[in-house]
Amino acid sequence: MTEGMMTEGFWQGYAWPTIIILAQIMAVVTVVLIAVAYLTFAERKVLAMAQLRKGPNVVGPFGLLQPFADGLKLLTKETIIPAGANPVVFLAAPILTFALALMAWAVIPFGEGAVISDINVGVLYLFAISSLGVYGVIMAGWASNSRYAFLGALRSAAQMVSYEVSIGFVIITVLLCVGSLNLTDIVMAQKTIWFAVPLFPMFVVFFISALAETNRSPFDLPEGESELVAGYFVEYSSMSFALFYLGEYAQMILMSAMTSILFLGGWLPPADIAPFNWIPGPIWFAAKIAACLFVFLWVRATLPRYRYDQLMRLGWKVFLPLSLFWVVATAGVLVAFDWVPK
Amino acid sequence: MIVQTLAFYLFAGLAVASAFMVIAARNPVHSVLFLILAFVNAAGLFVLLGAEFLAMMLVVVYVGAVAVLFLFVVMMLDINFAELRQGVLQYLPVGGLIGLVLLVELLLVVGTWVAAPGIVASDPTPAPGDLSNTEALGRLLFTKYVYFFQASGMILLVAMVGAIVLTLRSREGVRRQSIARQNARTRADTLEIRKVQSGTGG
Repeated sequence: MTEGMMTEGFWQGYAWPTIIILAQIMAVVTVVLIAVAYLTFAERKVLAMAQLRKGPNVVGPFGLLQPFADGLKLLTKETIIPAGANPVVFLAAPILTFALALMAWAVIPFGEGAVISDINVGVLYLFAISSLGVYGVIMAGWASNSRYAFLGALRSAAQMVSYEVSIGFVIITVLLCVGSLNLTDIVMAQKTIWFAVPLFPMFVVFFISALAETNRSPFDLPEGESELVAGYFVEYSSMSFALFYLGEYAQMILMSAMTSILFLGGWLPPADIAPFNWIPGPIWFAAKIAACLFVFLWVRATLPRYRYDQLMRLGWKVFLPLSLFWVVATAGVLVAFDWVPK
Repeated sequence: MIVQTLAFYLFAGLAVASAFMVIAARNPVHSVLFLILAFVNAAGLFVLLGAEFLAMMLVVVYVGAVAVLFLFVVMMLDINFAELRQGVLQYLPVGGLIGLVLLVELLLVVGTWVAAPGIVASDPTPAPGDLSNTEALGRLLFTKYVYFFQASGMILLVAMVGAIVLTLRSREGVRRQSIARQNARTRADTLEIRKVQSGTGG
């Protein structure tokens, strides 16, 4: 083998694919970050409209540059590490939260074949990544060396572990109807009908659990400002705070993407007929995510916070039995009518 | 292949290093965090072996659930770190012995593979072929090993019920909200609107 062939092989075998993958990752991360920035903006606008206010409208046309102004402001502030805090864990927590929120996007299909990594166990990967999200919270709460932060972290850990159980069962129900753990297969299985229709109760359970999993209101007890100041991130400032903030919103977008993949047909149009299928898939996907996100904000504007015992009761005594029953019922129906996917 | 080899040494090295740090770290919370790192690296090794289902299950079950509760408990405990260190030398012989037994067992298993390669192949497991490994595992688990599967499920159920029985105390005088009764309340039961004439008081 000559020197020239070696470089050729290296170029074709490693360097070029690496460049392509890095470019894809950059593209997805950029889109997600811009979406996160405008989600914070949209949240303030939607809440303002719900409360008959104007919301941010000064920076740029309609206040459109507000998220960047906020970002710059946070960037220029000082990072404060409290005395008695554990510096390594303290700084690792926001990085972990943010990294996990971005990692999950590796398997999300934006259109047919438009996915960075089309792995066999896509759903499990998403489930695994979202179950790791709790570490950022616990580590932050413990490392801050503060009572408020620690209490917030404990609440959050208990809450996320509880609701994960029912999310797991909901995912199993969907998987029973698909017969594959691949996200693209899950979307393609909804060609005739979106799973939100036959599995409507599971759709509702999943969405509410997603609210609890992302610590959004009405389940935002971990940060309950009236009793815990701001919960697990009280002690954070500057970029370490910004990473938590971005991570939380990226997690919301991710959960909405999961909802639309599992129940709303991903990138598929509502019906495969003329005016609908002119619009490309990724736009449908983005529209569905936006619709889910709007409901997230709408819920926040409408509902008061749950009491902690009510939250636990809902997770363990209502959602868990309900989703378990639906797993059994769905499996029973599929077997009885011989609809089990091959 | 070279990328796989590099990735293997990365995961394996990190797994061994973090496993060592689990016992070497002074702070128990750091120990648990290193344990989690070791689990994640083990999951990476599973992926390299092509066992992606097991890798994800390792992360979901051990990292996502078991280690969270572990961390929870370790953080809540009020531990005197200096006191914890004192027993190390005392327990070293027992710990070393257990480690030695595990090592010998592992060597026996690997030695059997090397000495008689046919012994594993003679086990009539269906060849995975072009099945994804989720499907292959499922077929094996729900056909050939279904009784073991059910038995392990029963053991877990018994353990769960046992834990609940041991910790459940019914205390007197605790006021609980009955959700059904709460929801059954109507406005007529609780509210009474009276017209009070102004100036008469009451």
